[in-house]
Amino acid sequence: MADDLMVPEPVRVLRRQQELATTWTLELESGQAGHRPFLPGQFNMLYIFGVGEVPISLSGDAGQTETLVHTVRAVGPVSNKLAALKPMDTVGLRGPFGVGWPMTAGEGADLLIVAGGLGLAPLRPAIYHVLRHRERYGRVILLYGTRSPDDILYAGQLEEWNKRPDIEVHITVDHASGDWPGKIGVVPSLVPTLDFDPEDTVAMVCGPEIMMRFTVNALRDAGVEDESIYLSMERNMKCALGHCGHCQFGSTFVCKDGPVLSFERVRGLLSLKEF
Amino acid sequence: MDNVDDGSVITRQGLQCLLDALAQRGYTVVGPTVRDQAIVYEELARTDELPAGWTDEQDGGHYRLKRRSDEALFGYAVGPHSWKRFLHPPKVSLWQATRNGDELRFVPARDEPPRYAFIGVRACELAAISIQDRVLMGDEYADPHYRSRREQAFLVALNCSEAGGTCFCDSMNTGPDVKEGYDLVLTELLDGDNHLFLIRSGSEEGAEILAELPREPATEAHQAAATAVVEKTRSQMGRSMPQTAIPALLMDNLEHPRWDEVADRCLSCSNCTMVCPTCFCTTVEDTSDLEGVTAERSRRWDSCFTSDFSYIHGGSVRSSTRSRYRQWMTHKLATWVDQFGTSGCVGCGRCITWCPVGIDITEEVRAIHDDVSSRDKE
Repeated sequence: MADDLMVPEPVRVLRRQQELATTWTLELESGQAGHRPFLPGQFNMLYIFGVGEVPISLSGDAGQTETLVHTVRAVGPVSNKLAALKPMDTVGLRGPFGVGWPMTAGEGADLLIVAGGLGLAPLRPAIYHVLRHRERYGRVILLYGTRSPDDILYAGQLEEWNKRPDIEVHITVDHASGDWPGKIGVVPSLVPTLDFDPEDTVAMVCGPEIMMRFTVNALRDAGVEDESIYLSMERNMKCALGHCGHCQFGSTFVCKDGPVLSFERVRGLLSLKEF
Repeated sequence: MDNVDDGSVITRQGLQCLLDALAQRGYTVVGPTVRDQAIVYEELARTDELPAGWTDEQDGGHYRLKRRSDEALFGYAVGPHSWKRFLHPPKVSLWQATRNGDELRFVPARDEPPRYAFIGVRACELAAISIQDRVLMGDEYADPHYRSRREQAFLVALNCSEAGGTCFCDSMNTGPDVKEGYDLVLTELLDGDNHLFLIRSGSEEGAEILAELPREPATEAHQAAATAVVEKTRSQMGRSMPQTAIPALLMDNLEHPRWDEVADRCLSCSNCTMVCPTCFCTTVEDTSDLEGVTAERSRRWDSCFTSDFSYIHGGSVRSSTRSRYRQWMTHKLATWVDQFGTSGCVGCGRCITWCPVGIDITEEVRAIHDDVSSRDKE
């Protein structure tokens, strides 16, 4: 019944793990939602009793259905409460919602995954999917940029992926002290340093809007087609059903037409101020 | 039984019989009435609650009731209310949550809306309802609150006999004549002391009810008089929307200086969105009791003119009035077409009348249009 789409389901917190100074990963029991598999790039609405509800991307492996994984940065009233949850606490859950990453459209192509900061969280399910079905994709390159070495999300996992022969990982930070052995610079600046085949590449980009804007410019300069560039947008959302109107970005409702949108669809709008 | 679909005429007493018949069938009858010096929509039982002998004077930021020289019941244009307030109410309770230790339970709110019968639904308002149908019931995520109200509603439409100073339905192709989507349609005919309503049915239930009313078959003279009423109204439109490809005009001019100019006048008060019969945006409100045992979530109308509307961590996406006015107008007239296959504007003129500073959506389009075409000629 359509009614139920606005009514959350209570689910338990199973585990909480600190990732960064203000960022935690929650593992929730999947509840009924677990019976509906999610797609990499989709999100849930998480509700804290009496406080409110926010959209949080799914950041776990869609291939396992027992738990739902969300990585949350404590920035507002709801996300602060989410980040402070303890095992056996209960939250309200609605979802999954939205259109995810082009996992099918990307089959047979090389994948260039570009993440900025917490933007790695919504991309992690795509990486899990690719590694699970590695034979379906060509070369897989992950570019990750964040503020400083202390802000590297899923650092252990990035290190593991870096050791694998079937995925290339490049990390850069905006600033670092002298003992950082890696690259310094913003993530779009990694694109021109890559030797890749732009015509056969599907790019998936997620991060702050300014990072996505510059990354798209770098990808287009490198020769990647507009229709092969995908972004995950962030907007205010109240319903996640395309009814409340808050998430509009031009003619798209980011909640149901996105959050993952082809750049072709938002070309011309991304560079507008306050649109 | 004569064929009611050929048109009949009823008297004011006949109209009372219609209100009675609707009430008898269990409908909550809602129609125009005068309150606080404005014509608003409220529950009513008798024709003498209708605004007999009143008309209105409307212009940018201006609305006044005036006496008419006759006793017309529908001799005015639309007021600040639209049927949206009944089909998509300003506030709806969604659910209640109770907390018991670390247990959380959600109970959907009971929503048993009345079956509404609306009296005097203008052509522009029928168009607005059909637009909200697409927005709120057009895909797999149909809004249950809207649907339960909408599917039971009985619509008594009205061919307009007066156009207001801010009306422009003719140029939006939505009126003033009613074409479809009604159960019954009225045209008010005033000829000296002879006060009649031409009435026609548009649905099975409408035909059933019409058959119960004391009526006479409509003559050719009645039909001709009704056509003349609508044609007179069409000639009185106070405004008109420029006839051009508006979506492309606006989307190609998102950085036009006119947005700064209108932002200097716009108060970002959100009146236009509240009175608009198609604006559908809502927000949710969470409340809890002092003990922290029960919490409730309700949904209420929201407006893209507020700073909270586009808030994401770190600030509002649209913090300037310029960006908010641009969002409202480009959505209404341009991106709405991509989303729902129709303009979001029906030409009712409410946003012009109820804007405290009289900003006129037709004038804003015309300003950009004229500027662009004059530059094209150079």
